[in-house]
Amino acid sequence: MTLASPPVPALSAGLASLVAGRRRLAVFAVVGLALGCVLLALVAVGQGAIAIAPGRVAEILWARLTGDTALLDGRDVLVVMNIRLPRVLLGLLVGAGLAVSGALMQGLFRNPLADPGLVGVSAGAGLAAAATIVLGDRFLTGTLMKLPFAVLPFGAFCGGLISTLALYLIATRQGRTSVATMLLAGVALGALAGALTGLLAFISDDRQLRDLTFWSMGSLGGASWTKLSAIAPIIVPLLFAMPLLARGLNGLMLGEAEAYHLGIPVQRIKALAIVLVALAVGASVAAAGLIGFVGIVVPHLIRLAVGPDHRLLLPLSALGGAILLVAADIVARLIVAPAELPIGIVTAAIGAPFFLWLLLRRQGLIDV
Amino acid sequence: MSEAGTGDDIIVSARGVGFNAGGRALVSEASLALVPGTTTILIGPNGAGKSTLLKLITGEAKPSSGEILIDGENLHAIPAWRLACQRAVMAQHARLVFPFSVYEVASLGVDGIGRALPRQRREALVGECLAAAGVLDLAARRYQTLSGGEQQRVQFARVLCQIEAGRSIASRQALFLDEPIASLDLCHQLALLDMARNIASRGVAVLIVLHDLNLAVTYADHLVVMDQGRIIAQGAPARTLDDALLRQVFKVNLSLGRAPSPGLPFLLPQQHRVSPAA
Repeated sequence: MTLASPPVPALSAGLASLVAGRRRLAVFAVVGLALGCVLLALVAVGQGAIAIAPGRVAEILWARLTGDTALLDGRDVLVVMNIRLPRVLLGLLVGAGLAVSGALMQGLFRNPLADPGLVGVSAGAGLAAAATIVLGDRFLTGTLMKLPFAVLPFGAFCGGLISTLALYLIATRQGRTSVATMLLAGVALGALAGALTGLLAFISDDRQLRDLTFWSMGSLGGASWTKLSAIAPIIVPLLFAMPLLARGLNGLMLGEAEAYHLGIPVQRIKALAIVLVALAVGASVAAAGLIGFVGIVVPHLIRLAVGPDHRLLLPLSALGGAILLVAADIVARLIVAPAELPIGIVTAAIGAPFFLWLLLRRQGLIDV
Repeated sequence: MSEAGTGDDIIVSARGVGFNAGGRALVSEASLALVPGTTTILIGPNGAGKSTLLKLITGEAKPSSGEILIDGENLHAIPAWRLACQRAVMAQHARLVFPFSVYEVASLGVDGIGRALPRQRREALVGECLAAAGVLDLAARRYQTLSGGEQQRVQFARVLCQIEAGRSIASRQALFLDEPIASLDLCHQLALLDMARNIASRGVAVLIVLHDLNLAVTYADHLVVMDQGRIIAQGAPARTLDDALLRQVFKVNLSLGRAPSPGLPFLLPQQHRVSPAA
C-alpha cells in the first residue's frame, strides 16, 4: 500500500475514465435540463386562448428587460406580462420547491418513498386551507365577501408550519430526531388532518364544497405578481440552501452515526432541512393547492439518470420539478380547452402509475 | 500499559466510563487507553458491551459516568468535523438505501473533511484506498449489488480515505473497526487485519473488535477482554489470555496451546468435540 505517496499520483486508467464520465454526465444533465426548462417556459407562456409564438414571447421578454418600449404594445404584451408569465413563473417555482422538498425528505428519512405529503406537511396545510374556506366563509361572510381567497394562502402556510412543528416535537427527544418515529407520526398526523378536512367538507354548503374540491386538486390559475412576490421569498431560500445540505445528506445515507463519524453536523442539517421543507411546501400549497407526486416522481427520475449524489440530485430535481409542473399545466390548459383541468389531476395521472411502475421494477430502488 | 494512563503518547483515553440504558448497566467502570502505533483488540462474548463501549469511545453515545478524552480534550466538546479528522469509524452494519456506486461510497470518506485537498488529489486518494482494500475493480458497481464481504471491504476503503484525508489536518489519529472481518473469507480477513496493522505502524492508534480469538492474539499489541459490561483483563495477548479466563468469560473448557516461534497462545476448538466438558 502506497498511501503516503507523492501529491498527485496518476489515477488508474479505468478509474480516471469513470470519474471523467461521471463529470460529463453531470454537465450534460445540468445544461440539458436548464435549456429544456427555458424553452418549455417560452412555449408555456405562448400557450392558451390567444396563441403567441415562442419567438414573439422571447422578443417581448427581451424588450421588457432592456426597456425597449417600441415592441411593447398590443394585446399579446398584456397577456404575456399580466396573465401568462406570472402563471408560468409560479409553476416553475412551485415545481422546483416541491421536487427539492421531496428529494430532501427522501434523503433525510433515508427512504425513497418519503415525500412532504407523507409526513403530513401537505395534509396540515390542506386542513388549514379547508378551515379557511369553510369556517371563514361561514362566520365572516358579512364582513368580507372575498375573505377565503384573501386568507387562504396564509392559512395553508400556517397549517404546514404547525404540522411540521408538531411532528418535530413528537419525534425529537433530547435533541435527537428519530426518523422512524417522525415517519409514523407523520402518517398519523396526516390521517388526522384528512379526517378533519373530511368533516369540514361534510358541514360545508355546495359552493364551499366546490371551492374546497377545486383547491384540493391544485391549480396554477390564480397566479399574479402579488402571489409570486409573497411565495418567492419563502421557496427561494430552499433552492439557495441546496449546496449547504447536499454533502450532509450524502453522509446521512450511511446512517446518522456514520454521518457523525464523517464529521457532518447531523442535528443541524436535519433541523435546517425540516424547516426549509415546511416553508416551501406550506408556500406551495398556499399558492397552488394540493399538487401531488412531483416530490416523488422527479427525484426518482433524476436518480435513475445520474445516481443519488445529492450535489447533483438537488439542483437537477429543482429543474426537473419546474419542467414537470409547467408541462402538466400546459396539458391541464389544453386537454379540455377552453375549460381548464385542475393540475393536481394531471400530476396524479402521470405520477401514480409511474410510482407503481417504480415499485414493480424495484430492483436497486429500495434495499429490502 | 495496563490501565488508562495520562502519558503524552495516549491519543484516546476512557476513564471509568459507564453507560446505562433501560435500568441496566451496559458498560461500567471501563478504563482504556489507545496509543498511536499500537493495535488494540477488544474481545468478549456476545452482549459483553464491546459495541457499546465502542459507541462511547467514538462519541456516538454519551457516557452516563466517566469521561473520554481525545488528545486531552473532552470528546463531546470537539466539533464533529475536527473529530472526523482525528478518528475514523467502521461500524458493524452499513446499509445503503439509494443506489450509490462503490466509488461514491468510498469518496464519502474524503468529501467531508478533505475539502481542502485539490480535486485530483482527492480522486487519486479514493483510487488508492479502493485499490488497497482490493475493490478497485468494483469501482463502478452499485454498492447494493455487492456481496456482504465486498460491501465490508468498500466500507473499509471509505474509512481508509477518511484517515488519509484527516492526516493533512490532524497529526495524531485513531481508527475504530467494529467486527470488520465478520463477512470476509480467510484471505481477506488476513489482508484487512494486515492493513490495519500497517496503518498502526504509521502512527495511528487502532482499536478492533474481534470474535476470532486466534486472530485477536495474532494481531493485537494490546488485548482487552470484556465481560458483562466490564473490562476484566487487558495487556499483552500472551499474558492476558489463559485457560481460566476462557472458562470464566467464554464458558468453554478448552486449553490454550503455545505456538512455537513467537510464543503466542492459540486455541483449537476441535478439543471441544474430542473431550466434551471435563
